[in-house]
Amino acid sequence: MKKVFESPKSLTKDPFTYCPGCHHGIAHRLVAEALDEFGVREKTIGVCPVGCSVFAYVFFNCDMICAAHGRAPAVATGIKRAKPDSIVFTYQGDGDLASIGTAEIVHTANRGENITVIFINNAIYGMTGGQMAPTTLVGQVTQTSPYGRDPKTMGYPIKVAEMLSTLKGVAYISRVALSKPAYILKAKKAIRKAFQTQIEGKGFSLVEVLSTCPTNWGLSPIEANKWLEENMIPYYPLGEFKTPEEVS
Amino acid sequence: MAKIIIDQERCKGCELCTSACPKHIIIMSEYFNAKGYHTAKQIKPEECTGCAFCALTCPDVAIEVYK
Amino acid sequence: MGEKMLMKGNEAIGEAAIRAGCHFYFGYPITPQTELTAYMAKKLLKMKNAAFVQAESELAAISMVYGAAATGVRSMTSSSSPGISLKQEGISYIACAELPCVIVNMQRGGPGLGSIQPGQADYFQATKGGGHGDYHLIVLAPSSVQELVDLTMDAFDLADKYTNPAMILGDGLIGQMMEAVEFKERKKIDLPDKEGWILTGCKGREKNYIVPFNLDPYEMEKLNLKIQEKYNKLKEKEVRCETVNLDNADLIIVAYGIVARIAKTVINNAKKVGINIGLIRPITLFPFPEKIIAETSEKVNKFLVVEMSMGQMLEDVKLAVNGKAEVNFYGRVGGVIPTQSEILTEIKKYLK
Repeated sequence: MKKVFESPKSLTKDPFTYCPGCHHGIAHRLVAEALDEFGVREKTIGVCPVGCSVFAYVFFNCDMICAAHGRAPAVATGIKRAKPDSIVFTYQGDGDLASIGTAEIVHTANRGENITVIFINNAIYGMTGGQMAPTTLVGQVTQTSPYGRDPKTMGYPIKVAEMLSTLKGVAYISRVALSKPAYILKAKKAIRKAFQTQIEGKGFSLVEVLSTCPTNWGLSPIEANKWLEENMIPYYPLGEFKTPEEVS
Repeated sequence: MAKIIIDQERCKGCELCTSACPKHIIIMSEYFNAKGYHTAKQIKPEECTGCAFCALTCPDVAIEVYK
Repeated sequence: MGEKMLMKGNEAIGEAAIRAGCHFYFGYPITPQTELTAYMAKKLLKMKNAAFVQAESELAAISMVYGAAATGVRSMTSSSSPGISLKQEGISYIACAELPCVIVNMQRGGPGLGSIQPGQADYFQATKGGGHGDYHLIVLAPSSVQELVDLTMDAFDLADKYTNPAMILGDGLIGQMMEAVEFKERKKIDLPDKEGWILTGCKGREKNYIVPFNLDPYEMEKLNLKIQEKYNKLKEKEVRCETVNLDNADLIIVAYGIVARIAKTVINNAKKVGINIGLIRPITLFPFPEKIIAETSEKVNKFLVVEMSMGQMLEDVKLAVNGKAEVNFYGRVGGVIPTQSEILTEIKKYLK
C-alpha cells in the first residue's frame, strides 16, 4: 500500500495549538500543500497576524515573521519589495484584516502587490474570547454584541471578497469554506490558484476562507460546520470574484 | 484495499472525521490521550475505501491514508 | 575628498541614505519633511533592486520598513512629529525583533497637530522609548546639513552594529535649510553578519522566524535583559557630544540640534560683553552624554538648558548634574525658535 495522504513538508511536526475542531488547522494544511506542490517552500516568507494564528510561525516550515495587528499586508509589502523573487503570503483573521487592518489590506490590494493573502473569516474574534468581528452576522450574539449584532448601531458584516474585487489592481479573489470535504477540495484549488497567480507575477491574490470557531460560537465542531453552512454561506456566497484573466 | 492511521496523540477528539466518513466507520474511542482528549478510531477497516475525506476534514493533520 | 554641493537638509538626508546603501524607503507625506520622501521617490523609482512606496499611512510605512529590514536590506522611513507618533507601534515591534533600520523625525511644534514650524518637543518620545515596552532607539541629533549627511550614514552603521532602530532627530529648520555639504569617502567598517537571522527563504538551512513576542514571561524577561545589554554597551561606547569653551566658563549651555547653533552665536556675543559661556552639545541623545555633563558640573556651577520644548532634555541634564550645580532652563515652543538675544538676556539673569 502506498501512502496517499500525509502531512505536507511545509508544515512542521508541531501539533497545532488551536481548539478542537477549529478550521485553522485545515487552512494551514492547504496552504502548506500548495507550497509543497509548487516547490516554493524554500523561497517562501509567511507573515502571521495577531490573533489565534499568531502561532502560525510555529507550524509553517518556512521563514516566518509576525506583524503588528492588521499590518501583515504592509509587512508583506516590505518583504516582497526587498525580495521580489520570494513567495510572500499573509495569513490573517477577520479582526486583523477587516477591522484594524482595513487600510493596509485595501491599499496593498490596490497597489497590486504580488503577494497572496489567506483571509480566515470565522465571524468572531477568537484569541480575545469571542467578541464581535466586522464579519459577525446580523443578530449573532458575541461578548460585545450580547443582544445580537444590531446593524443600526454596529453596521452590517463586511463582505471582504466582494469589496476588494472592485479594485483594479487585484488579480485573484475567491471565497471558499472548509465545512465539508467537497468544499475543502475547492478551497485547495482556490489557494493553489492564488499562489499560482503570485508565482506567475500577476499580482495580488486573496482567498477568503469561511471557517468555524466552535469554542467561541458555543457549538460542537459538527454543529459549527452546520451553522456555517446555514448562516454564513447564504450571506457570504462561495466562488471566484476575480480571476487573473480579467486583469488587463 | 485501503487503510488509515490516526495519530492518537495529535487527535483532539473534535469528531469531524466521524461525520465526514461516507462509510460511517470512524467512531470515538474510550481512550484518552496524554492531553485528555477522547480520540477517534476506525472500525471495520475492511470497509475503508481510502477516500481520505477523514484526513481532509481533520484540523490536526492527524490522519494518514494508505491505498 | 568627496564632492561638495549645495543641498537642502531633507534632500541631503535622502542622498546620504542612498549612498549608505539604503535602497528601500517607505514613507507618507507630512510637513516639514516631505522633500525627503519626494527625493527618495525621484531617486529610488529609477534604481534597480530598490523600492520606494508611498504608504497608506505612517502605521503601514513603518511596518513596510519592518518587513524589508527582516530580509536584511537597509531600509528607512521618515516623518514629522504627529506621523512619528503613529509609527510608534511599528518601532516598538522593530526594537523587540531587534532589526536595524533608520527613522527620521523632522520635529515640528506640538502637541496634537501642533504647527508646521520647527520644534524639539519629541525628545522624551525619541529617547525614552516612544512606544510601549522597555526599549530605546539610538538617537542622533544633527545641527547642520553636513551633520545630517554624516549622521544619517552613521545611523545605518550603528543600527546594523546593534541590530536596533536608529533615529535622526532633526527639526523643521534643519530639514529646510540649504548648506554646502560634502559626501565624504567613508572607511569600511566591520559590521555583524546578518545571515543568521534574515528572512530570505530557508533554502539550505533551517527556517528563520522573527516574532516580537513570547508568552512565557521568563523568556520575555530574558529578551528584555538581552536588549538592555545592548543599551548598556551603547552607553559605554557610542556617546558623542561637542564641547565648546568648557574651561573657565561662567555658565554652560546645554543644547542640541539647531538650538546649539544659536548657542554658538550666544557664546561669541557674550564674549564681547565679558561673559564666558561654554557649550555642551549632545550629538547622541541616546546614549546621553551624562559623563561629560557630570564632570563639568564639578567645575562650573551654573547650567542653562535651552530647548524648543518646555524642558525635556532638561531632566537628563539634571540627572547628570545630580545637584552639583544650578540647572536653569529656557525654552520656546509651538514652532517658535529662541533668538540669541533672548538667550543672552536669560544668561545675564543667572550671572548677576
